[in-house]
Amino acid sequence: MWQAFVDLIHQLIPWFDGGLADVVIILIKGVALILPLIIMMAYMTYAERKVIGYMQLRIGPNRVGPLGLLQPFADVFKMMFKEIIFPSKANIYLFLLAPILAFVPAVAIWAVIPMGEGFYITDLDVSLLYVLAIGSVGVYGIILAGWASNSKYPLLGALRSASMLVSYEIVIGFVVVTVVMIAGSVNLNTIVSDQSGGIWNWYWIPLFPMMIVFWISALAETNRAPFDVVEGESEIVGGTHVEYSGMCFALFFMAEYINMIMMAALAVLMFFGGWHSPFEGVPYLEAWFAFVPDIMWLLAKMSFFLFLYLWIRATFPRYRYDQIMRLCWKVFLPLTIIWIFAVALMTQLEIGPWF
Amino acid sequence: MIKKVKKLVKDFGLSEIRAGMKITAKQLVTDKITVQFPEERTPISPRFRGLHALRRYPNGEERCIACKLCEAVCPANAITIESEMRDDGTRRTTQYDIDLFKCIFCGFCEEACPVDAIVETHIFDYAFESREGSIIDKEGLLAIGDENEKAIGQARAEDSKYR
Repeated sequence: MWQAFVDLIHQLIPWFDGGLADVVIILIKGVALILPLIIMMAYMTYAERKVIGYMQLRIGPNRVGPLGLLQPFADVFKMMFKEIIFPSKANIYLFLLAPILAFVPAVAIWAVIPMGEGFYITDLDVSLLYVLAIGSVGVYGIILAGWASNSKYPLLGALRSASMLVSYEIVIGFVVVTVVMIAGSVNLNTIVSDQSGGIWNWYWIPLFPMMIVFWISALAETNRAPFDVVEGESEIVGGTHVEYSGMCFALFFMAEYINMIMMAALAVLMFFGGWHSPFEGVPYLEAWFAFVPDIMWLLAKMSFFLFLYLWIRATFPRYRYDQIMRLCWKVFLPLTIIWIFAVALMTQLEIGPWF
Repeated sequence: MIKKVKKLVKDFGLSEIRAGMKITAKQLVTDKITVQFPEERTPISPRFRGLHALRRYPNGEERCIACKLCEAVCPANAITIESEMRDDGTRRTTQYDIDLFKCIFCGFCEEACPVDAIVETHIFDYAFESREGSIIDKEGLLAIGDENEKAIGQARAEDSKYR
């Protein structure tokens, strides 16, 4: 279907020897990715307020539209019409560059995230490395925002985030190493297709502790509660967001939520068989659910992880800063290194269907 | 040693985290206690002290006799009263203003009133659109009284046996 679409574009734009057509195709691909992503992000905010509300015995937003379903759009319009205030002695160029630097990497990562069998923007052979590399660029947005605001609280928030994000990136890197050891590839497509064949072939079984470590690190990487010391509303007002308003703030906000969705997708791709149906190899059930397109399985699994984000946020108080560092360096890092050796051993002995 | 191992198992088994998340999961599905305010209201005591009103007798005559007890008792000096002799020889108010910014809703005016003229109603969701709007004059108070006479009377009747 996709090939037919590409041919159609090539026929419609016959000049430039297909050069322009390729650009148009890339543009269409980009829009087709970013639009649903932004809508997902918008409804993620709605879901967050609703779920956390329910967990706190409230009912959350319910005034804008039926069940409050139009709330995200109300928020968007509010954000768009708000004035962008520049602190008087801030460096305006860096001040404006920071939200862009936070937002662009968050979206750019999605170029390599496969969403179904052969359903992706690019099939990069080093896609997992690309995700790690681009993901760490997002830190600069926060650090720059903290510095460019020329204000105390943002600077404190930025300093907190700088060391925290760098530390947890190391842990995520080691977790990814274990996944790569099993899959034998850093291509996300290969990693997922290696997990085909039912729930017992997914990597969450041999990598169970790594999955938990990855998820907790993912919370820290996306600055979500209980690791939201960057924002720390009760301590440093709003951290790096203090001086930002209007669309500048919205970009940070969107970057955070798109990163959350990305981390959920990554967790599913690496540990939960990506777009593979959990009923593969199960008699009857497999046939009954054969009509479900593979992207739906991916989205369903992602929704669980996104719900987990909200669930965890509603449950736990914020970590103290030194405890965050202790957890990273003294617990997760040794644990992942031990598990790397365990995985190496398992690979040599060829235990289970994973290796 | 055994204690240490036990703690290690407990910590790495995430027992505390699981316990916490179980609680929030339970909260997620319990009935919500939110009251949808403009549509639903919480029950109000008959003694509730809200917006003021001036009452009338059933024959339409205003109750207030301008004794100025409420003005005297008001701890916030929110009440201003001017009076005159009417043609039929009775004393009535010409001005009865309550400044709602000053008022502390203590209910003393209601207690002091010998003829149950000034009362506090159950209205609590009112708003002004200008600063001057905070001062309610005699006409305004009487209008509030006329509108809510039924509710006011019912509240007095319910509370009367405890007075």
